[in-house]
Amino acid sequence: MSEDQFPRRKFLLGAGIAGTALAAGLSEPVEAQQPAPAATAAPPEPEPFVTLTALEAAFITAAVDTLIPADELSPSGSDCGVAIFIDRQLGSAWGGGAKMYRAGPFTKGKPEQGYQLALTPREYFAAGISAANAWSRKTYGGKDFDRLGTADRVAALKAMEDGKAEFENFNARAFFAQLHAITMAGFFSDPIYGGNRDKIGWKVLGFPGLPATYSDKIDAYRDKRYVADPQSIADFS
Amino acid sequence: MVTKLKETDAVVIGMGFCGAILSRELTKAGLNVVGFERGADRNPAEEFTLTRLRDELRYVQRLELMQDNSIDTVTFRNAPDELALPIRRFGAFLPGEGVGGTGIHWGALHWRFLPSDFRIKSVLTEKYGAKSIPDTMTIQDWPVSYDEIEPHYDRFDKLCGVSGQAGNLRGKQIAGGNPFEGPRGNDYPNKPIKTGSGPQMFSDAAKSLGYHAFPVPVATSSAAYVNPEGIALGACEYCGHCNRTACEANAKASPNVNMMPVLRTEPKFELRTRSFVTKLLYDKEAKRVTGVVYTDMKTGEEYEQPAVLVVLSSFVFGNTQQLLLAGIGDAYDPRTGKGTVGKNYCYQFEAGAEAFFEGREFNPFMGAPGMGTAIDDFNGENFDHANLGFFGGGYIACLNGGAPPIGGRVLPKGEPRWGEGWKQAEAKWYRCNTRFNTQGSVYAHRDNFMDLDPTYKDALGRPLVRLTYNATENDHKMSRYLVEKMEGVIKAMKPTHYEVHNRPKNFTIVPYQSTHCTGGTMMGTDPGSSVVNRYLQAWDAHNLFVQGASVFPQQHGYNPTGTLGALAYWSAKAITEKYLKSPGPLVHA
Repeated sequence: MSEDQFPRRKFLLGAGIAGTALAAGLSEPVEAQQPAPAATAAPPEPEPFVTLTALEAAFITAAVDTLIPADELSPSGSDCGVAIFIDRQLGSAWGGGAKMYRAGPFTKGKPEQGYQLALTPREYFAAGISAANAWSRKTYGGKDFDRLGTADRVAALKAMEDGKAEFENFNARAFFAQLHAITMAGFFSDPIYGGNRDKIGWKVLGFPGLPATYSDKIDAYRDKRYVADPQSIADFS
Repeated sequence: MVTKLKETDAVVIGMGFCGAILSRELTKAGLNVVGFERGADRNPAEEFTLTRLRDELRYVQRLELMQDNSIDTVTFRNAPDELALPIRRFGAFLPGEGVGGTGIHWGALHWRFLPSDFRIKSVLTEKYGAKSIPDTMTIQDWPVSYDEIEPHYDRFDKLCGVSGQAGNLRGKQIAGGNPFEGPRGNDYPNKPIKTGSGPQMFSDAAKSLGYHAFPVPVATSSAAYVNPEGIALGACEYCGHCNRTACEANAKASPNVNMMPVLRTEPKFELRTRSFVTKLLYDKEAKRVTGVVYTDMKTGEEYEQPAVLVVLSSFVFGNTQQLLLAGIGDAYDPRTGKGTVGKNYCYQFEAGAEAFFEGREFNPFMGAPGMGTAIDDFNGENFDHANLGFFGGGYIACLNGGAPPIGGRVLPKGEPRWGEGWKQAEAKWYRCNTRFNTQGSVYAHRDNFMDLDPTYKDALGRPLVRLTYNATENDHKMSRYLVEKMEGVIKAMKPTHYEVHNRPKNFTIVPYQSTHCTGGTMMGTDPGSSVVNRYLQAWDAHNLFVQGASVFPQQHGYNPTGTLGALAYWSAKAITEKYLKSPGPLVHA
């Protein structure tokens, strides 16, 4: 096969560019992180919720702040953008049930058969939050979950996690698992999705983010910590 | 209305590894081939790019490359007397969709089966007596031997630029490789990829116990390599991101990188993407498939594409479903044991473990899915099963596949999963743990099978495949034995703490376990016990060749892709060298 019949050069080039871009990226953040000139910088506005209702947003904010409390390692979950992340995810194609088989008939099934509801993730969270708040009001003197003090919030989430909270017509334990999973995704996914602000989740772990050309580093860093200022998708845009 | 198109020499249904190999070999033999793919075209130049691929949320969590369950899924139950319900989003296994199929997002662990695996029923009978095999264990010998398909394993190794350390080169034992492997005609195309700290410690510990540790073979090239198709592959960068995604360095093998570029410039090949083949047109009298019906998902129009030769190369479920819908072969009935289509669905019975080494620095984000070391001492018939009470086995490996932050974290039992102290635990344990797994075989069971669901349909109105599967007592015993051996090696590594995870009693559709689904259209020596013959030619339709892991009589203790690629080359050779000269059954029943 001759060279012009097959774009081999393009392939070689493709592989080369990938490597070079990453290698170059390692030295990029100094420039990328230059602060914008002070005169043009507006004070940051709080980001609005676009999917969740005010009541739902209050629940999610309280939940992620309880699951991820502010401490010496990071600000609270909502201050890391996790509530906004959840808002955006539930409004995404995934949140709307994309790639999900939704035809009936619907039957509870065995746990081995997995999720068997018609609800999309967005609908599931709406129903779950509503059920959780109803349970919270019943259990904690008429208060919605977000009105509880820290200790009660922790106790409430623990009760859901352990299956001890009995929601009316909704599986509390399964709801907690979903809430926990989406919160973790928000703390650790690329910041482009609204969470993991300032790559704080990655910094907690020591995860370097995108630049990942390690063929020369595996042996060099054997039993030595490899430290790099993490970089995300936006750092290369 | 169905528009009838002009007949073509061959159609290929599903453009994964098998579809790409068959398309290539058939066009080389002079045939005009139409390649059908129901999903998207996936062109590496556009999709396998940065920063696009460095997105764990999109690819790993939200399953960007996987089959769209809103269009098609599978129903599932544990036993024949239960009600099957649809898998609403895939979990335990993740078939891919689009050009490249499951061959894009795979981990690229690239194994061969043992020579004894190919005649497992005979071997067990010879060693332990016919009575030792339970009636419910419906295993069969393969209708091909290791020696027969070895040259085809070799071809597939080269296509993929496989990296590894030979243990048996033409009968000569080579130190450092797998001493149990079948004789290789040629060395691996590439040297093994690098080894991380955990896998290195595993290798040392295993050797101290007298086991034979070696680097896991992977279809990820360790150095720049030009495959026999003239395609230049890059070297693995150990980015730790490629499981469930593609590789921007062109190091991890995929049909898209390692074969499709040649087909895309081949005038005899026409690729039709977003073209959903709904039906094989079967002439039962003439024992041939006359063509296919498909829906062009871009226009909504339905077409009939007549063809002289038909290659069915979709995933295990799609292959089985097409034959059941067309009535090619007899559907399997577990009550009578009669029929073959849908029979012997098998899986991979994996168990896992993780070990924590407080204060060590493993840089777990540096890795590749197959970056690791393994022992094969407890696979297949590499060890004596007398008095063990089970058959089968698997390799035991320590793998460093990367540690993506959403799904790649693990904490010791007792550490908080959220709230106070949780972040501190993550910071403490993320960088100093290493993972293990056992790749257990699944020997077929009478009650594990596929048929058509009586209730649920896909978006095109066809009955879904109904999967009836559960873990068997044999497989649980086998797995516990492997876990015990794995635990011995882990202890010798002297971790601060470790945890092993045996499989729950019942197979569950969540969480993820393995995409190593096999069976349903198994190959064999006669039509009474198989769907296709040794050349993957359907007994009941001589111009239909079924490819992929659906032809496995049972699943052995290795990842299946190496073997399904080898079988694709073996089948292609029979088609081009024998069948095209004299179309008709290649094996007389």
